[in-house]
Amino acid sequence: MAKGIKDKVAILGMGCSKFGEHWDKGTEDLMSEAFEEALADAGIERDQIDAAWYGSALDNVNVGNSAIPASTALRLDGIPVTRLENMCATGTEALRGAAYAVASGAVDIALAIGAEKLKDTGYGGLPAPFKGTFNDLWLPLGSAPAGFAQLAGGYRHRYGTSKEDLKKAIAHVSWKSHVNGVHSPKAHFRKEVPMEKILNAPMIADPLGIFDCSGVSDGSACAIVTTPEIARALGKKDLVTIKAIQLSISSGVESTMSDWDGSHVRNTRNAAKRAYEEAGITDPRSQISLAEVHDCFSITELVTMEDLGISEDGGAVKDYLDGFYDRDGPVPCQIDGGLKCFGHPIAASGLRMAYENYLQLLGRAGPRQLESPSIGLSHNLGGVPYLGIAAISILGLA
Amino acid sequence: MTEYGITGYGAYVPRLRLERAAIAAAHKWMAPNLRGLAKGERAFCSWDEDSITMAVEAARDALGTDSREGIGALTLASTTLPYADLQNSVIAIGALALGHLVSGTDVAGSQRAGLSGLARAMEMSGSNQLMLAADRPRAKPAGTLEMAYGAGAAAFRLGSEGVIARKIGSATIAEQFIDHFRSADHDHDYFWEERWIRDEGYAKIIPRVVSAALDQAGIAAGDLSTLVMASPLKGSAEMIARKIGFDGKVSDSLNDDVGYAGTAHPLLMLASELEQAKPGDRILVIAFGQGAEALILEVTDAIADFKPQRGFSGAVADKVSTTDYLRMLSFYGELDAEWGMRSEKTGKAALTNLYREADQLSAFVAGKCGSCGTVQFPQLAYCVNPECKAPAAGFTQVSLSDEPAKVLTFTPDWLSYYPSPPLYVGFVQFDIGARLLMEIVDVGPDGLDEGTPLRMAYRIKEPDTQRGFNRYFWKATPVATGA
Repeated sequence: MAKGIKDKVAILGMGCSKFGEHWDKGTEDLMSEAFEEALADAGIERDQIDAAWYGSALDNVNVGNSAIPASTALRLDGIPVTRLENMCATGTEALRGAAYAVASGAVDIALAIGAEKLKDTGYGGLPAPFKGTFNDLWLPLGSAPAGFAQLAGGYRHRYGTSKEDLKKAIAHVSWKSHVNGVHSPKAHFRKEVPMEKILNAPMIADPLGIFDCSGVSDGSACAIVTTPEIARALGKKDLVTIKAIQLSISSGVESTMSDWDGSHVRNTRNAAKRAYEEAGITDPRSQISLAEVHDCFSITELVTMEDLGISEDGGAVKDYLDGFYDRDGPVPCQIDGGLKCFGHPIAASGLRMAYENYLQLLGRAGPRQLESPSIGLSHNLGGVPYLGIAAISILGLA
Repeated sequence: MTEYGITGYGAYVPRLRLERAAIAAAHKWMAPNLRGLAKGERAFCSWDEDSITMAVEAARDALGTDSREGIGALTLASTTLPYADLQNSVIAIGALALGHLVSGTDVAGSQRAGLSGLARAMEMSGSNQLMLAADRPRAKPAGTLEMAYGAGAAAFRLGSEGVIARKIGSATIAEQFIDHFRSADHDHDYFWEERWIRDEGYAKIIPRVVSAALDQAGIAAGDLSTLVMASPLKGSAEMIARKIGFDGKVSDSLNDDVGYAGTAHPLLMLASELEQAKPGDRILVIAFGQGAEALILEVTDAIADFKPQRGFSGAVADKVSTTDYLRMLSFYGELDAEWGMRSEKTGKAALTNLYREADQLSAFVAGKCGSCGTVQFPQLAYCVNPECKAPAAGFTQVSLSDEPAKVLTFTPDWLSYYPSPPLYVGFVQFDIGARLLMEIVDVGPDGLDEGTPLRMAYRIKEPDTQRGFNRYFWKATPVATGA
């Protein structure tokens, strides 16, 4: 493997809008909210940005395609702005684009921003995406929860877990995120939810009830990146650097061949292997201080912790029920409340997760602050578990 | 001259059955007399079944896994064909993987189209043929026809090898007698008084056509073993038997568990009779419509050598009963329910892409890699196996439509827009190694489980209501138990 980008890129500043149902704000407003916070945090002027990567996932309910909406919203006059889309990994992809540009030496300071306005649809949940003219002719269009619910049967079958035990464990996933979300002023949902309510919620796609699903909200998050040398020259003392950003995308193996048993997400495993190699992590269970993972659905988070090698295979049910991922556990997961409490404005989520890791590493997380974390991992899962995109970024103190 | 006749038969009845008592109960306030008809069940099509999909299923019942080679013609009879201008039978030819050298013909326009189609097909010779009839007649809510109507399809194989029933007589009469009609731009039938249809129509016209057919066969009514007469009007067949002096077996109207399946009905009844027929039986089949058609068949010794996949009796036994009357109304377009904004998506299909992938899509054809043997659907440019990635040029073509499969994972999805919620969606694992995400339909009250055996069914994938175009594809359905 190539040398990778470990410690070649530092975060100069980050910003994150309040997530929620912003009936009074458009995508442009959300972008500027995150952007202004990041500029202030970085201590630079807008014109010091050399290039920008802008992610938005859903054209039909957002601002349309191309980079023009971001360039006009933020007045990024005369510089290269790239628009990208890679489903739920879009935010992390924007960060990767900006980081690679800095690491290559092509630019000094780059902006990564993701924004999504989901509440202009007129209904709850995500709009159905266009699958392409050929897939449209044969592939059934299940909802996102239906795609992720497939993991439950596969998991139970492989590990002999009872329906009741699995439901209890995934309910714990949501319960602990709601407990954490109370302390996140920028989160959409900031109330604890009783376990009974989670367990008995109306079914969306068995075994996923309404509280097993993340919220749907509007939001934006962004990062300004540069080299560690420039960051120091600009006066930054405590530096958070990028240890790894890796992706893995389905090539059809899980959904077309007969090997995948539905109990795990192959892409997350592949991306984790690459990311750990890039970051030099050999024992994730002990080395990772906190994780912000893609809890689009509770079952996804549970399976993800095994895919990341933090829980052993078949061990996540016990780990969750033991409180291993609670805020006072060894590896707090979704310390800010996760997608569960923030909601999931698709292109913003990856950068929102990195934002929390960044704050935690710098000791700026306020009431959520963990004790001296050194490595924060974020993880996105786009598409569906068997035909999708896994993205992992690892941030750490320089 | 080589004998040419029926060499096989098959049937299909939609799995969904509605208890007639539920219909009567719903209309009690306005039509209390319907209670007198509220016996048994009637079949109805799911939202994704039409006369093409039913005809395909009946043909699969008749063909089994026999080679499709040598079938030179396919005729499809129906009064409820989805397309006015688009050869419906050619869609069936594709689904049945009959190849390209097949003559497709649509026959329509009356309740005797099915029987007339069969009689004309039997007058041909030469290549093997398939004669299919399917119908899903639509009745206005609260009419007696809503109680009488059902849905179904029948299929007949015709050829010169292994003839199980030969034609010994037939006749047709044209009469300007309009018992009912449905114009091309109306959804429902308009019927005249039953007593007039029975006394002035059936009782006077049918004996004339039967007499002509018996004359051609050179036999008398007493030489017949079975009378098959299809009508939505109760007791018609018995009345005709009396009129023509026949005291043998009057074929059951299939009213108790299927209902009247339109122009397919005489052929469905015939398929049911052939299941029980003995060599030497002579079966008279009658259909009425702007005149009448009569066909007399003689069953041969070869009847013992043919068995459909499951036949009419198997299709009838394979059912999912419901009392949800509104479900039927919704499926038949009689109820414009609030489906929410998620139903507003466009269903436009790219006809260009449909044609490019016609083989894969219509006959559910997977590719088997010549290098590593992986069976894969869909077929893209390279083998999906990460250890192989060989070009698709080396694939052999394997249809998955009759391959055994099981549920790997599934969920009932209550969020997606789906005309028959919940949408059961899951991974279907074929024994030969192929796997794909599929819609799983006609799931009964017992639901599904990992490992549930599945069979493939040809269905409407998605209707484009804005443009009036159905795209078809294969779905999975639980294998019937006890059928």
